[in-house]
Amino acid sequence: MSDSHAHHDPHLAHHFDSHKQQFTAQKLGMWLFLATEVLMFGGLFVAYSVFRYNHPQMFHEGHKHLNWILGATNTVILLFSSFTMAMAVRCAQLGNNKAVIRFLAVTFACALGFMCIKYVEYSEKIAHGHLLGNLYDFEHKSEGAEGEGHSAVTHESTEDASRKSTESKPEAETQEEAAARIEGEKNQHVFFSLYFMMTGLHGIHVLVGMAIMIWLFLRARKNEFTPTHFAAVDLSGLYWHIVDIVWIFLFPLFYLIS
Amino acid sequence: MEINADSSAGVAPTHQAEPLNYLNHKKGIASWLFTVDHKRIGLMYLALIGVALFLGGVFALAVRTHLLRPSDKMLTPEQYAQMFTLHGVIMIFLVIIPGIPAVLGNFVVPLMLGAKDVAFPKLNLFSWYLFATGVVMALVTLFTGGLDTGWTLYTPYSSTSFSNVSLVGTAAFIMGFSSILTGLNMMVTIQTMRPKGMTIFRMPLFLWAAYATGIIQIIGTPVLAITLLLLLMERFFRVGIFDPAMGGDAVLFQHFFWFYSHPAVYIMVVPAFGVMSELITVHTRKTIFGYKAIAYSSVAIAILSVIVWGHHLFVSGQTMRTSVIFSIITFAVAVPSAIKVFNWMATLYKGSIALTTPMLFALSFLFTFGIGGLTGLFCGALAIDVHVHDTYFVVAHFHYTMIGVVMVMLGGFYHWWPKITGKMYHERLGQLSAVLVFIGMQMTFLPQFIMGSLGMPRRYYWYPDEFSMHHHISTGGSYILAAGFALVAFNLIWAIFNGKKAPANPWGGATMEWYTQSPPLPHNFDSAPEAGDPYDYTKVHWDNEKKEFISPYVQ
Ligand SMILES: [Cu+2]
Repeated sequence: MSDSHAHHDPHLAHHFDSHKQQFTAQKLGMWLFLATEVLMFGGLFVAYSVFRYNHPQMFHEGHKHLNWILGATNTVILLFSSFTMAMAVRCAQLGNNKAVIRFLAVTFACALGFMCIKYVEYSEKIAHGHLLGNLYDFEHKSEGAEGEGHSAVTHESTEDASRKSTESKPEAETQEEAAARIEGEKNQHVFFSLYFMMTGLHGIHVLVGMAIMIWLFLRARKNEFTPTHFAAVDLSGLYWHIVDIVWIFLFPLFYLIS
Repeated sequence: MEINADSSAGVAPTHQAEPLNYLNHKKGIASWLFTVDHKRIGLMYLALIGVALFLGGVFALAVRTHLLRPSDKMLTPEQYAQMFTLHGVIMIFLVIIPGIPAVLGNFVVPLMLGAKDVAFPKLNLFSWYLFATGVVMALVTLFTGGLDTGWTLYTPYSSTSFSNVSLVGTAAFIMGFSSILTGLNMMVTIQTMRPKGMTIFRMPLFLWAAYATGIIQIIGTPVLAITLLLLLMERFFRVGIFDPAMGGDAVLFQHFFWFYSHPAVYIMVVPAFGVMSELITVHTRKTIFGYKAIAYSSVAIAILSVIVWGHHLFVSGQTMRTSVIFSIITFAVAVPSAIKVFNWMATLYKGSIALTTPMLFALSFLFTFGIGGLTGLFCGALAIDVHVHDTYFVVAHFHYTMIGVVMVMLGGFYHWWPKITGKMYHERLGQLSAVLVFIGMQMTFLPQFIMGSLGMPRRYYWYPDEFSMHHHISTGGSYILAAGFALVAFNLIWAIFNGKKAPANPWGGATMEWYTQSPPLPHNFDSAPEAGDPYDYTKVHWDNEKKEFISPYVQ
């Protein structure tokens, strides 16, 4: 590079004229990226709507296997982490790196807590054979034999699955209710496909968020954030809020169906 | 990035008479692979796309040669399915989608803005690596089962096919992100890095087009990404989303696929519109007619393009009401497209048209795309579409639009080649290549319109004797077309080694990429030039002593 560029402010990339221009560009870039994220999840939400519309019973049956208390706890945890993330951004804007570290640590702990609860939920599903696609336990092998029954099960025809469920129903119910329940139980693997793909993709985003927090954490320890140079925290904060918002939609759509 | 380059850049190239430029200021393969310079990244895209174009062309020739005399069984039916599928996938995902946005977009956009680079140079390099990964994976597919689903990857066949759909799906997924990130980079660059004096209505029209393309890439591509992800899940876990036997929806894949892939048509075409606007005005040396109409129509196309996907599902069992709505919106897209064509024609009117190679390609586009666009209306009309659906008519229609785009792309390469390489190509050979491409194109695809309307279905391995004349002409045309492409490649490569030295402004253009030297400085401009009207040719003067055009604010 020619020497006229050597004396630049290290925080200002050589192709930008000013901090303001650089920050505007970064912010716009982040918003556009988040738009693509929303659209990507949007595809899955459309798939969800199509199936919810075509097979309402499937969702009604499926959601009974989800633990709404764990889901609600996770919602609270993520909401709180959004607040602490916002505080970290505020502190970065003030150049208070110590406080940035503290708030990031809390946010990270929340994210970790979220993933732990997800782990508990997932292992419970796996133990019951409530898995996606052809991994779903169509023959209910794992029922009553928790913990050992999650060997991969090959796909049985759906008629078989529905016959099983007809046999194993004790309570009295009207014919219509029974028909709806059987119809719902028949397609449980699709419900869990949607559940695992949507919460799974969201979970990956949480993990990425945690990696970003570690990176910010290391930078804050070097006192890198100043009132003129805080874009990294600010934009990561935006990302984290989107991850949060996606969950706000996922929670009622899967856990609160009635 | 600088660290890697230092080893090779230590010694200034004093022995060279050539002034310092982006090509000679650093040497060695590492200085390319780790560069963040938008100009070098553009060229690296060109290298990959060149390889892909060659492969895709060879596959097309294999298909056409087989159809010359199908009774000779040059290809087995399986090989035949593989050839037309790979031709489609490669040409669309590896050549035309990235062609103008990634090669010319990267090279020209920052120069037109008088900027030193795109907004996110490292992200730009990352996009290239994503793209390169996709290309490598697509090549690996050729040797590991190939692909026989057609480029549309329709389920349920694609979720059960024994060919390597998974690898191609992953490759397209990765290249999708490359496309998204490039679009994002261009949008941010154009929006935040315009120089002093460049209001949005003083932007060169190529920038409008690049911006509109970015919008489509950002809206459409994530949906493709999730669709491919679902397809992969379907193949690995039989998740059942697209599989009626598992409780899924039979046409959901088609909806998802076309929600991306119709806009993808405009990811390919809108940048070509942008290049057209530049070629037409520079080579007629006349201000563009209807600047605002052309600019707004790019954005209108971008928006309309995401709400017409249903016209690919007319015969898939969607309700008649839905089909009628999609049909009407599809007709609406013709309006902004026609606005552009009329404005270009008005620009030509009473201009001093120079029949240079880029201009010949531009004129070829007007003709070819005109036919492609108008036959698009046939396909968009419900009653006719039921008749021509899945026939050669549709094949001819989209090749008329797509090869139209390729013509502009080649015209654009010729137009900016002096800037990119600092060398002039051979004008006569260039004109010859343009004529060959034009004649080859018409000869290949005009007969396909006719046999399509007579009922010849697409993708068939065999045909009855009554179609042999059409097929023979078509195959003959494809050889001429191939010769034209080969001549273009030869001419451009020849120019690098034997071409005359190019002046800074060989065409007398008024946009800012012509203000800097050819090839440009490593950082483009010493000081940011001030922008004026990009199509005011009165400010560019012909210097009779130097025998070249002199731009204002010469660096
Ligand atoms: Cu379309």
